[in-house]
Amino acid sequence: MTDPADLTLGEAAAELRSGSLSARELLDAVTARAANTEAQLHAFLTLDRDGARTAAEAADTAIAAGEDLGPLMGIPIAVKDNMCTRGIETTAGSKILSGYEPPYDATVVSRLRDAGAVIVGKTNLDEFAMGSSTENSAYGPTHNPWDTDRVPGGSSGGSAASVAVGSSIAALGSDTGGSIRQPASLCGIVGAKPTYGLVSRYGLIAFASSLDQIGPFARNVGDTATLLEVVAGFDIRDATSFRGARPDIAGGLTAGVAGVRVGMVKELMGDAIAPPVRAAVQRTIDLLDDAGAEIVEISMPSFDYALSAYYLIAPAECSANLARFDGVRYGLRVDGETTETMMGRSRAAGFGPEVSRRILLGTYALSAGYYDAFYGQAQRVRTLVRRDFAAAYEQADVLVSPTAPSTAFPIGAKTADPLEMYYQDICTIPLNLAGDPGMSVPVALDDDGLPIGFQVMAPALGEKVMFQVGAEVERLVAFDSRPALATSEVTLP
Amino acid sequence: MPVDIDIAKVAKLARLELSAEELERYGAQLGDILEHAERVQALPTEGVPPTSHPLPMTNAFRSDEVTGSLDRDDVLAAAPDADGPYFRVPKILGEEVEGDNG
Repeated sequence: MTDPADLTLGEAAAELRSGSLSARELLDAVTARAANTEAQLHAFLTLDRDGARTAAEAADTAIAAGEDLGPLMGIPIAVKDNMCTRGIETTAGSKILSGYEPPYDATVVSRLRDAGAVIVGKTNLDEFAMGSSTENSAYGPTHNPWDTDRVPGGSSGGSAASVAVGSSIAALGSDTGGSIRQPASLCGIVGAKPTYGLVSRYGLIAFASSLDQIGPFARNVGDTATLLEVVAGFDIRDATSFRGARPDIAGGLTAGVAGVRVGMVKELMGDAIAPPVRAAVQRTIDLLDDAGAEIVEISMPSFDYALSAYYLIAPAECSANLARFDGVRYGLRVDGETTETMMGRSRAAGFGPEVSRRILLGTYALSAGYYDAFYGQAQRVRTLVRRDFAAAYEQADVLVSPTAPSTAFPIGAKTADPLEMYYQDICTIPLNLAGDPGMSVPVALDDDGLPIGFQVMAPALGEKVMFQVGAEVERLVAFDSRPALATSEVTLP
Repeated sequence: MPVDIDIAKVAKLARLELSAEELERYGAQLGDILEHAERVQALPTEGVPPTSHPLPMTNAFRSDEVTGSLDRDDVLAAAPDADGPYFRVPKILGEEVEGDNG
């Protein structure tokens, strides 16, 4: 019999409704998986055992009474620790928020609860979601379940590692420059960044407000769409929330790719991409071609500048957003003679090196005399990136590329040079600048047994065609590998 | 060439009380990052409008209705220091003006 922790969301939902599995049994299986793997992975910062048990029992009571609480009834879900959970510690991976218990739930967390989900805990991340390896967490790194000497990617590395190993069935992350797609790629699971504005950011601890977007992780494309359907939708509390009707998300999952125009981005298939990654992506494109897609090569010249523009825009916005951590209303305070001294000391003691670096960079880029040369120019480059996308979608329905330039790298390999770490995001950042949706689907393992992700990008509100192509990629490549850590037999005393 | 910046001034603006050693390290790293960032300046952008936001947004209005808000005690419970209904902070004004409003 399959260990319930290895069920997909869809399988688990069906078993719960048929009565062959209880929500309590499913939670116990996932909790046991966490107990067996957390010492090696450190995917979680907080496990909410009591809250999870209460939610699982409520699901079982509802099922016994013939009620349906919603699509996530009884499903164990992990939440990245930059989303507020009422009464449950929320740190954003930072010392400055150590011990902070929010007085409210983020809108996505309320939506999970309303759909019957069992929230198992809060996952590790790079501090304030700034990083590509989860090594910037103030609480220590998360390890990759395929090789625990390697990083899981980031910043949502804890969520990705947890779903990959089975200490949750699905999870939420946030993606500002690739922080959902890149860890999904490095952990061999599916992750999606929705269109900007489709998911409420209320209660998401802000990093760069014009780029941040919450999205789902799961072990297959359909489950990822299911989780997105639950959390997407207008929210009066988020002024940037999309006000129109929610677009179709899962309507194309079985439609195939016959006649779909698939654009291969030339600039993301060059020397910066590791050869095994390029080869796996090319093989996947060939499979799509054979399945009836129309493959076109597309050039996006602005992509060469997207990374540089991003590393001005994101730090600028972060320097403004993180001004709120000043030792007054929440978080760490280090005493000082005056309020200004107290603030300077609290912030220096509370923020880690990468966060301080980005605050300094953003403060500089926004300061008098430099604003137009750096920030203003970066915003104009952002327009060029959007124009390249607009032109590309004249010729293609979706664009495809590698998700990350390499597979998972060893812990510590890129921490000495910030710029080298920033290059991890070259394939994912353009989408955030444009505000469009994108997803990563695992397609192969490299010679070291490490997963390779395939990125599918679509125009704004084009989630339906994105998931349609993602689902067909999944069917064509039939990637069904799981990390050794998930399948090894570990017996608890 | 790495960009030379007045890192002490930037740190003051950012309200980060850093040591001399930290200032030196961050100053050098920022210089390198900005050198890379200067690449964007090479791109011709004359007449290109800036994008500040991915959505074509103007104002987001809602109806003027009273709704619930967070409980004050819950909010103050998270504060490092509070006094009754207030957040409490060290003195804001310097010695030289203390007592001016006696």
